Amino acid sequence: MQASFKLAFLIPLLPLIGFLINGLGRNFLSKGVSGIIASGMVLFSFLLSLQVFSEVREGASAVINYFDFIRIQGLQIPFSFQIDALTSLFLLVITGVGFLIHVYSTSYMHDESDASFARYFAYLNLFVFSMLLLVMGGNYVILFIGWEGVGLCSYLLIGFWFKNPAYTKAANKAFIMNRIGDLAFLLAVFWLIIKTGSANFGEVFSFISDNQGTPKFTSTDITIVSLLLFVGATGKSAQLPLYTWLPDAMAGPTPVSALIHAATMVTAGIYMIARSNVLYSLAPLTLSIISWVGLATALLAATIALRQYDIKKVLAYSTVSQLGFMFLALGSGAYLAAVFHVMTHAFFKALLFLGSGSVIHAMGGEQDIRKMGGLAGKLKVTHATFLIGCLAIAGIPPLSGFFSKDAILLSVFVHNPIQYGIAVFTALLTAFYMFRLLIITFYGSFRGTQEQLHHLHESPWVMLLPLVLLSLLSIAGGWIGISAVLTEGADSLGQFLSPILPTLSHAISHEKELMLMGSTTLLVVVVIIAAWLIYSKRTEQQSTGILRVFENKWYIDELYDNIIVKPLARLSAFLREWVEPRLIDGLVNGVGRSVQYTGRQLRFLQSGQIGNYVLLMVVAMVVVLFVQFFIRK
Amino acid sequence: MPINYYLFLAIALFSIGVVGVLTRRNAIIIFMCIELMLNAVNLLLVAFSKMHYQQAAAAALPIANPGVDGQLFVFFIMVVAAAEVSVGLAIIVMLYRNIHSVDINFLNRLKH
Amino acid sequence: MSISHLLFWILSVTALFSALMVVTSRNPVYSVIWLIVTFFAISGHYILLNAQFLAVVNIIVYAGAIMVLFLFVIMLMNLNKETEPARHKWLQFAGAVSGGALLLVLVSALKNTELKSQQSLLVEGHIGLIKTLGQELFSTYVIPFELSSILFLSAMVGAVLIGKKD
Repeated sequence: MQASFKLAFLIPLLPLIGFLINGLGRNFLSKGVSGIIASGMVLFSFLLSLQVFSEVREGASAVINYFDFIRIQGLQIPFSFQIDALTSLFLLVITGVGFLIHVYSTSYMHDESDASFARYFAYLNLFVFSMLLLVMGGNYVILFIGWEGVGLCSYLLIGFWFKNPAYTKAANKAFIMNRIGDLAFLLAVFWLIIKTGSANFGEVFSFISDNQGTPKFTSTDITIVSLLLFVGATGKSAQLPLYTWLPDAMAGPTPVSALIHAATMVTAGIYMIARSNVLYSLAPLTLSIISWVGLATALLAATIALRQYDIKKVLAYSTVSQLGFMFLALGSGAYLAAVFHVMTHAFFKALLFLGSGSVIHAMGGEQDIRKMGGLAGKLKVTHATFLIGCLAIAGIPPLSGFFSKDAILLSVFVHNPIQYGIAVFTALLTAFYMFRLLIITFYGSFRGTQEQLHHLHESPWVMLLPLVLLSLLSIAGGWIGISAVLTEGADSLGQFLSPILPTLSHAISHEKELMLMGSTTLLVVVVIIAAWLIYSKRTEQQSTGILRVFENKWYIDELYDNIIVKPLARLSAFLREWVEPRLIDGLVNGVGRSVQYTGRQLRFLQSGQIGNYVLLMVVAMVVVLFVQFFIRK
Repeated sequence: MPINYYLFLAIALFSIGVVGVLTRRNAIIIFMCIELMLNAVNLLLVAFSKMHYQQAAAAALPIANPGVDGQLFVFFIMVVAAAEVSVGLAIIVMLYRNIHSVDINFLNRLKH
Repeated sequence: MSISHLLFWILSVTALFSALMVVTSRNPVYSVIWLIVTFFAISGHYILLNAQFLAVVNIIVYAGAIMVLFLFVIMLMNLNKETEPARHKWLQFAGAVSGGALLLVLVSALKNTELKSQQSLLVEGHIGLIKTLGQELFSTYVIPFELSSILFLSAMVGAVLIGKKD
């Protein structure tokens, strides 16, 4: 086995050690030390991931079993890591972007107390550990351990400032919605274990491809398992209907939003489906469901983002929308395009979030863009990197977003032209609302208070350096997946992932492809210019009509509240006030009371009256004689 | 006489004695019913002794005085009954001296 | 039916009837009288079975001594019908039922034994004679006999001690 594979266990272990050190020693460590420990651990993991990546590029892959996790009669689940191309790609993204965000956080969170600071980094390291476990797991069970772990860390980090009840409610919401998805995921895993006898990826997939269609693994099985896994993914990756937690999750610190809710955790669902592509390729019904759900989510989120005033909320809905694009790609069978977009999205979305963190930091905590404006002059680096991020997400060539988004759109066009039309419309909306955000925030005149104006300053270099690095990645990150139509043989990403993911083959001609590419790019440029014209001169009017619906998030939170939360609360109140005191307490107290009653009644046996005693004696004798003569023959 | 007849007669007398003990409150009457029970048993014992005598005679066994044990047992029962009655009545007289009644319902000190 | 059988039935009915009257009489003196009648009936049974010694001893000891002792005590306490305490109705009923149950159980348990057709000899038989009983008593059972005299002594001493007025 390759040398780096032997050390592969260190990749998740180092952040775990960082978690333990920072977590247990948070009352003793200074900010500098805890920051260095946390960032250093992730850096080491990144370097090890680089080594792994280079060896995988030469064609190595392995499944390493460490020990038996579950071993019972008929079922054996080892604690194993599967290291192949897909894993190593995700490893690089997680540790690389993670490291940059760790560095950024050391400056962003410096207002916290020492213990709080160390707690933050402990949670962050724990998150990286869980995410790494998720992508490195060699079977569904280990994946699920990481799946749960990232859910937990998401809860811990969203509610980081736990003294604020609104933040803790948001954390609860995230965790509970995740849980719903987790239930479906678990059911799917149980189904797979029952049908295939194992949870290991290799064994499960070979079983499925050998036995698909037979009674051992019928098409119903395939559809149900794939659907259940997808429901799990909707919870984790914020798709309809389990997406409302993501905008609320913005209550956490901005670097957390960048890492968890943009670059890594939310992509876990896509990783899982990409990993299970063998299964999904056999379930066309599920795939079409996935594509429609993804498309609907993308469109819905994009419309909501058009009318949001909190800088982080716009980015949150943008994330939901982009995730919808990724699911759309998966549903169209373009696993490669989805993974590509995961990578590029990690770069520019993290960049955008960190940039917004920089803006918030400069504005002294203000997040409402209506109070911003004209920041481009004072926050030069932030502005420049934010602009690059907006260009990337809009899909302007030659930035990364163009290549990945185009790969998705092409696959969708081949699959279903109607979906293609809606997807293009959504992409245009994306460009529109992102540039709306950029223009309102950075251009025009300043609309905040005098004190905020006084306070405006560029962020320290510790925060700016990750921004610059991420912007470079946003520019260049797409060049590894250039479509064949532009340059032959430049699709190194596709070649790299080919052992695991099917490559994109397009049934359309090169001319058509170029035409589609060009027309979408042109439309995007038009939209950007329109946004410039609308927003740079005048302020936004009050929302009316359908725009009002967008601003209020299509009232979906209120809908969930009335349909699900209120009945549950009523049920819980009923149980609390009626069932608990009367039934359960009554039962338990009743046992006590009946014992007391029996005792009181039995007391009368000892009346002291010898007449009663003699009576009892005679009765007993009669009974004994009866039993002796008639029952015990 | 078939032994069953004596058996039923003795059982009936015995049961009447039991009913008397359970039903009456006067200590002396209860005592008398106990004597009745003893007599029922005596009767049955004598009947059985004659039954053994008859069985031995019919089988021509060379035992001397078969069945005499039954009657001697009755003799001793009477002895014991006499002694018991004298002591028991002495106790009842003492009881009467203390509570001026022979009602057994007043004898409830055992409940503590 | 021969004379002895007839006598058996008459004596049985007498015994049962007078026993019932013992239990149900209100006046304690009446109960004593009825018990004496019962004893006479039982002695009659003894004579029928040719247990002569026991019949006479029954009359002398039971009817003669013990019942007289009972009468003395009743007279001493001046008990008559008015001072007789009444039992709780429910308990009386329970008592009667229990006694009846005992009767039923014993009868049904014992009515089909293998002995049921064995006869006990009436009228004849020498084992009831004083001579035979005396021979057995003073040869085989002499120790219980002596012990019974000690029993009497202790009973007498006990009765005297209990009855002392101190």
